[in-house]
Amino acid sequence: MIRLIFLFLVVLASAAKVWAGDEPLTLESNKAAIDLVQSHADYVWTLVAAALVFFMQAGFAMVEIGFTRAKNAMNILMKNLMDFSVGTVAYWAIGFGLMFGVSSGWIGTSGFFFSDYKPGGDPWVLAFWMFQVVFAATAATIVSGAMAERTKFKSYLAYSFIVSAFIYPVFGSWAWGGLLNGGGWLEGLGFIDFAGSTVVHSIGGWLALAGAVVLGPRLGKIGADGTVKAIPGHNIPMAGLGVFILWLGWFGFNPGSTTAATKDIALIFVNTNMAAAAGAIMAMFTAWVIFGKPDVSMSLNGALAGLVAITAGCNDVLPLSAVIIGAVAGVLVVLSVVLVDRIKVDDPVGAVSVHGVCGAWGTLAVGLFYAKGFSLKVLGVQALGVGAAFVWAFGLGLIMFIILSKTIGLRVSPEEETQGLDVGEHGGSAYPDFMVSAYMQK
Amino acid sequence: MKTILAIVKPFKLEDVKEELTKIGIEGMTVSEVMGFGRQKGHKEVYRGAEYVVDFLPKIKVEIVVDDDRVEPVLEAIQAAAKTGKIGDGKIFVLPVLEAIRIRTGEKGPQAL
Repeated sequence: MIRLIFLFLVVLASAAKVWAGDEPLTLESNKAAIDLVQSHADYVWTLVAAALVFFMQAGFAMVEIGFTRAKNAMNILMKNLMDFSVGTVAYWAIGFGLMFGVSSGWIGTSGFFFSDYKPGGDPWVLAFWMFQVVFAATAATIVSGAMAERTKFKSYLAYSFIVSAFIYPVFGSWAWGGLLNGGGWLEGLGFIDFAGSTVVHSIGGWLALAGAVVLGPRLGKIGADGTVKAIPGHNIPMAGLGVFILWLGWFGFNPGSTTAATKDIALIFVNTNMAAAAGAIMAMFTAWVIFGKPDVSMSLNGALAGLVAITAGCNDVLPLSAVIIGAVAGVLVVLSVVLVDRIKVDDPVGAVSVHGVCGAWGTLAVGLFYAKGFSLKVLGVQALGVGAAFVWAFGLGLIMFIILSKTIGLRVSPEEETQGLDVGEHGGSAYPDFMVSAYMQK
Repeated sequence: MKTILAIVKPFKLEDVKEELTKIGIEGMTVSEVMGFGRQKGHKEVYRGAEYVVDFLPKIKVEIVVDDDRVEPVLEAIQAAAKTGKIGDGKIFVLPVLEAIRIRTGEKGPQAL
């Protein structure tokens, strides 16, 4: 009964509006209101996507903990917690301004400490920052996996600040500065990297390579006769959970890069998914052929490789191309893990192979699968960006890690490494009540 | 009194326990151990690196009994734990100097 009365009042009110003599609304006359709804939707989508990308931090943590030994689990977790937390502060204070501030093409010069935001003013810069900070954190956290099980915690804190304040944002400004107040030389040449195969993943991957190179391999990784030994991770199910979480988070990473609630996100979702699946399948087959069995950890890496590779072109290529790009990444990641081992670089989780190598492939693939038709010029610019990222990240990474190793020290002592970093760095144990049995290998 | 220490394959634990219960053994201590004898390890591959797993998981069962129960226990364990394949394990018999029930303070065979 109440409802009928209410309904009657609503109808009466609407009728009253018409009687009052209002003009019927048109798209043009109502444009401001319509635009406002779209703007609200843009905010919602961008921030939901930012939350999804934030959740990738859990994915990275699970993957890295799963692929390393129990005695270092707390330390890996702490490094993941801190590269996000320290990175957030560094990016707010310095990095965001360097990346998106007013720029001559090489570095941003405004917007530090949210100086662009006035209380009560346009909050878009906050939403945009939120989306960008989780991207910066993604690049930063890639490195902890390659440097796992032997890196001093305080040095890793220092690295976290430097990468989020400077190394990541400056390259980012070259490719993406124009998305806000800046403009980079690389994007000016037509470089395409929609969601960051190079800007995020290759930068992280090459920094990881620099770290692993300066650190050296873990104790026991290389035998006395020079053969590479296996150091199995202690919780493959956890690593699997991590990969699924990353896959989920990527549905924010790629489609969210529109920073707009438009129909474009449908294709991006599909491409993201196709590439991940193709990557997992092809990594599985490649490992099957080379090692004789469908290796679980390689297949997990394969899904991530596909995701990394499609990130550059996910908004543009057709789903069939996404399958091919992901599939090639799946093969590449397995071969790359073997190669990285062969040059005696110890990368416990395959970060260099997944993010560095496949990020480069994905960026080049944009040139190969360019929707408007293949062009050597487009491919050339892509290659230039890939090369610049390598020089910037690997070069600066080497310098930074060498300086760290010569000042506060980069690697823990052999005694501490043997005992485990949980005890040495944090005075604790990840599994105090729970005995985890360890295989002893020859 | 004797301690009977049996190293058996992990999946045989339930069978061993049931056979012992059938002949009236009311208590035992079990631990997870690693070991090998003539049963060599096997090769596994992790991310392209081959490694040999020499130590295999086993279960160690420890029972303390009076001297007259030793033979039945040995027979029961052998019958339950044997598969005929390499790696079935071993049984050792050790002398026990003293046994005490903590709750009551009883000593000797009454404590068992």
